[in-house]
Amino acid sequence: MRFGIVVFPGSNCDMDCYHVIDQVLGHPVSYIWHQEKDLTGFDCIILPGGFSYGDYLRSGAIARFSPVMEAVAEFAAKGGLVLGICNGFQILLEAGLLPGAMMRNNCLQFRCQDVYLKVETNETPFTNIYRAGEVIRMPIAHGEGNYYAAPEALAELEENGQVVFRYCTPGGEVTTEANPNGSCNNIAGICNKERNVLGLMPHPERCAEEILGNTDGKKLFLSILSWWEGQRCEEVLGCG
Amino acid sequence: MAEQKPLWKEMGLTAEEYQRICELLGREPNYVETGMFAVLWSEHCAYKNSRPVLKLFPTSGPQVLQGPGENAGVVDIGDGQAVVFKIESHNHPSAIEPYQGAATGVGGIVRDIFAMGARPIAILNSLRFGTLESPRVRYLFGGVVSGIADYGNCLGIPTVGGEVYFHPSYNDNPLVNAMCVGLVEHDQIKRGRASGVGNPVMLVGAPTGRDGIHGATFASEELSEESEDRRPAVQVGDPFMEKLLIEACLEVIQTGCVVGIQDLGAAGLTSACAETAARAGTGIEIDVSLVPRREEGMTPYEVMLSESQERMLLIPEQGKEELVQQIFHKWGLNAVVIGRVTGDGIFRVKEGGNLVAEVPVKALTEEAPVYYRTPRVPEYYEKCRYWPVERLPVPEDFNKVLLTLLEHPTIASKEWVYRQYDHMVLINTVLRPGGDAAVLRIKGTKKGIGLTTDGNSRYCYLDPYLGGMIAVAEAARNLSCVGAKPLGLTDCLNFGNPEKPEIFWQFQEVVKGMSEACKVLEIPVVSGNVSFYNETEGVAVYPTPVVGMVGLLSDVTKYCSPGFKEPGDHIVLLGPLTGHLGASEYLAVIHGCEAGPVPEIDLLQEKAVQDCCRELINQGLVKSAHDCSEGGLAVALAECCIAGGIGANLELEIEGREDAFLFGEVQSRIVITCVPRHLEKVREVARSFGVPVRLLGRVGGKRLLIRDLRGRVLVDLVVKEMEEKWRGSLSKAMG
Repeated sequence: MRFGIVVFPGSNCDMDCYHVIDQVLGHPVSYIWHQEKDLTGFDCIILPGGFSYGDYLRSGAIARFSPVMEAVAEFAAKGGLVLGICNGFQILLEAGLLPGAMMRNNCLQFRCQDVYLKVETNETPFTNIYRAGEVIRMPIAHGEGNYYAAPEALAELEENGQVVFRYCTPGGEVTTEANPNGSCNNIAGICNKERNVLGLMPHPERCAEEILGNTDGKKLFLSILSWWEGQRCEEVLGCG
Repeated sequence: MAEQKPLWKEMGLTAEEYQRICELLGREPNYVETGMFAVLWSEHCAYKNSRPVLKLFPTSGPQVLQGPGENAGVVDIGDGQAVVFKIESHNHPSAIEPYQGAATGVGGIVRDIFAMGARPIAILNSLRFGTLESPRVRYLFGGVVSGIADYGNCLGIPTVGGEVYFHPSYNDNPLVNAMCVGLVEHDQIKRGRASGVGNPVMLVGAPTGRDGIHGATFASEELSEESEDRRPAVQVGDPFMEKLLIEACLEVIQTGCVVGIQDLGAAGLTSACAETAARAGTGIEIDVSLVPRREEGMTPYEVMLSESQERMLLIPEQGKEELVQQIFHKWGLNAVVIGRVTGDGIFRVKEGGNLVAEVPVKALTEEAPVYYRTPRVPEYYEKCRYWPVERLPVPEDFNKVLLTLLEHPTIASKEWVYRQYDHMVLINTVLRPGGDAAVLRIKGTKKGIGLTTDGNSRYCYLDPYLGGMIAVAEAARNLSCVGAKPLGLTDCLNFGNPEKPEIFWQFQEVVKGMSEACKVLEIPVVSGNVSFYNETEGVAVYPTPVVGMVGLLSDVTKYCSPGFKEPGDHIVLLGPLTGHLGASEYLAVIHGCEAGPVPEIDLLQEKAVQDCCRELINQGLVKSAHDCSEGGLAVALAECCIAGGIGANLELEIEGREDAFLFGEVQSRIVITCVPRHLEKVREVARSFGVPVRLLGRVGGKRLLIRDLRGRVLVDLVVKEMEEKWRGSLSKAMG
């Protein structure tokens, strides 16, 4: 499976994602400069974390105009997997590939800490080897992770099962105290209706190795591989 | 009518210095030249008051690849890899404009690291503020922390460690010291040298503006009410620009065409050109009209002295100009040839066809004055030292004392600070902030590095010689507690006005003490920075040497952390179980007394304790290790309990005052735990190192319970209650 990691000026988790795909998963991966327009040959595109264009305006507001984003939209429309982490999630929102918007954390400060997440659905290419309802631990590191969507849009997300991760207590309760940034409905990550585009604020690439003390994020990447194997199987056997 | 000050005086030069400049040039310097001398001969750039003393530091060792004198020091970590590091102050700007002052402090030290060809992999800091009751101090503290956070977070370099102390001596003069650590392959190490006559001199990165003119001069004078007018001397940071600059510079270095590279920091273009030429023994000629600007109508003087951030000087091989430009343009940055390396040893500045300055490089650098100041023992020294601390009453309620200490901002958790820093990006952080030292893994190897900053200024005030020794010893002990063997140190020496004999005495004694500790512990000084004139309205900060240290773990998986691990584990003290009252945080916080003798330190014993601790960790015999520092044994034990989320039960053999035993800051001590079946082995190893070892008790339960041998309860506190006080303190103070 071939991964591409988009590098915007100011991306800074690109190397981390590269390391995990290359060294932990052992799959082919390359960087994609933000001015590229051709994504042929990739099976999964990652928009990594960081501060694209310094995030001096609104997170992701300028990056969405990078030439590569049109190609990403096309890639997603054809069913390709797109994973946006942190700033990548913010860019997906700005680009309209996912619904909603980000506001500053309600504490008005940057937050770098571990949080607990409830895996709300395992019916996505990104979560299929987690158990539905499983509680996992993942680091966050952001100043603008306060997810907002209008009430109707929020209801639609919930109805369609597009909320993939929710901030919770270690025991799995979704409470205000467990919400690190004030997100609507404790939302940490969502997917599109077609379920091939995922955006999340926490960093799975930061918890994919034993030496870092936590491997809960590795299962997200393994889910992608397992989904892709399944797809290939279908293609080869011609069964649907 | 008031007499107008002569120009040179206005710029901070003395009459003797101006005279000397005239002699060196054989004529009077013009306006631009006077400005150039003023910044390069400032204390900040020339170390004119500190150089003779700094020679005391041991700077060599088999692991040292680059000692002081370059942009940063470099030590070998094996496998053809090296670690580059340096610490630097940004005190004066932060006192005036805390957010930008601290942010640009981070920017400057990061540039020093990638100027050596290294990828920056970690930031640390050491901060000193006044008391948080003051709204001004809270403003400074909050501003500095968010300045560091916003800059470092945007760069994607984790801020993995540091320390914060609060003391009234820093009320108007906070200290902001930032350290950066980088990783480089030996054959990629670059130096700040303008070598190769005819090679182009390129200015890359941000355009030049009027910000920060005379920042170096500002840093070399005391703060006063007029300092507010110096606000324009504080630069403004653009971390996004710096991030692009890092990537572009490292990409250019990869091509192998870079001969020399230097960051533009204090004294901007003037110092970058002069220093690179001086190191290479060459000359340099530049044309200021070629410098990209962000403001119109700048004079040559302003261009030469601007301290605009996010700029580098690059000397590539002749003919590689276009390659450099291609890479920088890809990252959306300027890269302009502004001059050439020459062979005549002259620094020549032109504006188009006009010559605006012509000065021998050596006159600006090597010929800078050196002052041998006379030290004098301050009056307070004897008085404080022999103040009878034993007469202070022994408190009745040690629980209350312990809780008060845990809640004191200097001892309390710094989570409020480091949760604002991205401390995990680059996915190397094995041991996060909050322990004795941070641990990073080195990808693709089994190795890890330990990183720490430390420095207790109360000790240095009361006894600068011992205080200097302890600063080095404690930093090394922090590393040993995580299992890292110290490789080298960088120092930031923050003092008052060195022209005052008492201040100079403090400085000299601290450096002597540090040097002695460096020699015995075999830790060379590879880089550093001196910050004098930390005074407001004539009152100096406590003498504050900050030690930044890097150590190596040959197997990173063996790293050790401070938290107690499992019920039943034995708690063992390596080092002496004795009491000491003098100079402690306990005396200051509980009795409002900063006096008494500073704890003695036997450096050979210290070395033995540290070697022993690392050996125990290496043999896998230790489950936790924590240094005893501010607040003494009781605070150390409380911290181990809180970090592990578990209680402990101890029996101490106490002679004399209980408070001296519980809260005294006796040196050379580490609290470790081991499983019961390893206790004998631990004793054996400790004995082989000649280290006192004593079983204190066991891990378990929900309370910290400390009794004396007669069974009298001294401390009995629920871990959760201690944690609440300790963890909540800073958030509460900052609202």
